[in-house]
Amino acid sequence: MDVFDIFLLEAVLNGLLLGGLLALLSLGLNLIFGVIDVVWICYAELIMCGMYAVYYLHVQYHWPLYAAMPAAILIVAVLGMILHQFVIKPVLAAEPINQLLVTGGVLFFLQAAATLAFGIDFKNLGVSLPAVRIGEMSFSAARLIAFGAAAAGVIGLFVFLNKTYLGTAIRAISQDRAIMPLMGVSPARVYTLTSALGGALAGLGACLLVLQYDVHPAIGLSFGPITFLICVLGGLGSMAGGLIAAFVFAQFISVGGFFFAIEWGYVIAFAFFIAMMFIRPQGLFRR
Amino acid sequence: MLSLEGVSAAYGGFQALFGVSLEVRAGESVAVIGPNGAGKTTLLRLISKLIDPTGGKIQFDDQLLNRVPPHAVVSRGIAHVPENRRLFPRLTIEENLRMGAFTSRKTFDAKRDLVFGLFPRLKERRGQLAGTLSGGEQQMCAIGRALMSGPKLLLLDEPSAGLAPVVVQSIFELVRKICSEGYTVLIVEQNIRQVLKVVERAYLLEAGKIVLSGRAQELLNSKDIQKAYLGL
Amino acid sequence: MIGNYPLHLMILVLLWGYIYTSWSLMGRLGMVSFGHGAFMGIGAYTVVMLWNHFGLSPWIGAPVALALTAVVAIVIAYPCFRFKIVGHYFALVTLALSEVTRLVFVAMRDHTGGSLGATPNGALIEGTSVAVGAVQFSSKWVWLGVVFAFWLLGLWVWRLVDRGMGRLALQAISEDEEAAASVGIHVTRAKLQVTLVSALMTCTGGILYAQYQLYVNPDTVSGIAISLQMVFGVIAGGMFVMLGPTVGAAFTLLLAEGLRLGFGNKYPALDTTIYGVMLVMFIIFMPKGILGAALDGWRRLRVSGTMQS
Repeated sequence: MDVFDIFLLEAVLNGLLLGGLLALLSLGLNLIFGVIDVVWICYAELIMCGMYAVYYLHVQYHWPLYAAMPAAILIVAVLGMILHQFVIKPVLAAEPINQLLVTGGVLFFLQAAATLAFGIDFKNLGVSLPAVRIGEMSFSAARLIAFGAAAAGVIGLFVFLNKTYLGTAIRAISQDRAIMPLMGVSPARVYTLTSALGGALAGLGACLLVLQYDVHPAIGLSFGPITFLICVLGGLGSMAGGLIAAFVFAQFISVGGFFFAIEWGYVIAFAFFIAMMFIRPQGLFRR
Repeated sequence: MLSLEGVSAAYGGFQALFGVSLEVRAGESVAVIGPNGAGKTTLLRLISKLIDPTGGKIQFDDQLLNRVPPHAVVSRGIAHVPENRRLFPRLTIEENLRMGAFTSRKTFDAKRDLVFGLFPRLKERRGQLAGTLSGGEQQMCAIGRALMSGPKLLLLDEPSAGLAPVVVQSIFELVRKICSEGYTVLIVEQNIRQVLKVVERAYLLEAGKIVLSGRAQELLNSKDIQKAYLGL
Repeated sequence: MIGNYPLHLMILVLLWGYIYTSWSLMGRLGMVSFGHGAFMGIGAYTVVMLWNHFGLSPWIGAPVALALTAVVAIVIAYPCFRFKIVGHYFALVTLALSEVTRLVFVAMRDHTGGSLGATPNGALIEGTSVAVGAVQFSSKWVWLGVVFAFWLLGLWVWRLVDRGMGRLALQAISEDEEAAASVGIHVTRAKLQVTLVSALMTCTGGILYAQYQLYVNPDTVSGIAISLQMVFGVIAGGMFVMLGPTVGAAFTLLLAEGLRLGFGNKYPALDTTIYGVMLVMFIIFMPKGILGAALDGWRRLRVSGTMQS
């Protein structure tokens, strides 16, 4: 193989690794929408909070990573519950436009509050992991770990939703909320649990991202919009659709970024998305 | 076991029930019959607390239900099979049963075997999505789901509604069997002739008020009922 | 005489009022766009780039910008409306749009100056204060006049849209598309028309902003931040009332300036943090905005007054 091809292959494989991570991110968003019927526009900003949590716990307070990360996941899970309880719940009965606006407001708020609290400079976790070489290609260990953890997260969620009572209840409530009390289940509690789960998934995503990228207040913009597009393309609320769409998008970004500058990779992915909107507007799968 | 005293209920500004009183003793099978819109479904939803009464007392096992939240009713021993079955369409039969057993997980295996014993067809299709079942199978699954919590009182809301006549027959056979197994059953039905053959006592509900009550056989023989509802 | 600073504030209030009004055309109909930053950015950057790189006057640049905006608006909006994917989908897609637009401006850094922004080449020769060909005026009074005219135009368009198809028709579309369609209202076309008008107006707002401030930056004229600020301004002022967006513009501007004067530049993001909190509060407690709530209160007072008399 000549040099050109192998680096293209490297880009494709990196795309796979990225796809795994994006899949995890889209999962949380789809879960919340599929169950509660609300889009957390501020989802990426919750991830940003998680990244800051890991950063400060590890760099400032010298917690080892294996303690800082679970703590961060817990923190974002709690943030998710707070978001649902105090921001989403009051507008659940209102028109959908209000729900969109309110989470948009939280996005605004979290970005600004992070700037206020942490400043605009980029913060690096200070963890440098070696590169893994396969032949002429090299992959960052952080990426590989992220992929592995993301895969574990996806599988874990799948097992939880299908093999546990609570998970089955979460799936059930999106199919018929009104009769949940007849099963002995309080819908409000399921929603709270789902919010915590969505937050936890965001927290996990945060842990994986902070290994690879510096955190700053606007970092949500780097993957937020792309996560939204992935969810829409896969069919908003469909977790399976999100998984597939994530890998497709990741390829566009990775390979597009290989041929042009990285920003163009995103633009190409967006153009692909628009094209798909004309072909299959409701997304790959229904909820 | 169950007693309603002077219970009223309303939807928005619309009064559905006016001072209804009835009782169901342990081991009995009781029917509430009446025309469409009489308030029969409202009655059951009151008992399972899906809606709150605007007046009167609901007592179960000597405990006041008025303030009990809806999701706490099952664990007290009341299982409600709602109108139109209301299975979770994209869950399998077995998963629907699991939801029924949410508050009584320890006995899941035993109860599931019991339900499969009662409804062998469900056992055959246990992995099938509930939304793909026929009307009769859905009804069996819905009743089975309610039985999973090991209830003391079973509420059945129009189990024969929307089913083909042949299936209706088998459903009432089933109800008869459940009653004979010793379950306490309160069943609400429009199919007066069939249901009165299966229960011990019945109440006639018209426009939100109880107008007649007595042993099922008496009501069947009553001239008023025969003229108004049985077309005789 | 009125100093330059108050004039500057008035200009900004009217300009943002105009832009917010254009957003509210869509917002009132339930089409929540988180992407109007894209249209503003296209307007601002197209005009400045054509002037700086090709010497094309903004009089020529503007139609180009408008055409570009129209294409983008239709390409994005058409599938959404045609296939009835609105609400959440639409919001997410527009959000992505504003970000992608910002990314494009950053990616074209060789031409646009990237994140550092760009300045239109100066056209005012020694001593003159008006350069009509380049649409550059050093006199704030001229700008006040220009912006005031556009603001009035915006209000006029608002009224046209409000009346044109009948208030009830618009409301029907916003609340129940199927019902509206059954009454014969061509829903998709109506929505596209409103979207187009809204986008084009925002585009011109961007052009004016670029020519007035004489500086464009991907973050100040495009992207999610500016898109959300528009949303906030309209919600705060009142989305369903004609002057609501203008009240919102005044409110946000005065708040920002007040904070800046009070805290200096010590806390750079304090104003937006407060915006965020207020946006959430407004949606939960005062979804009709300041003006909307005030009008409601006034109406109630009048009713109780007449009842008493």
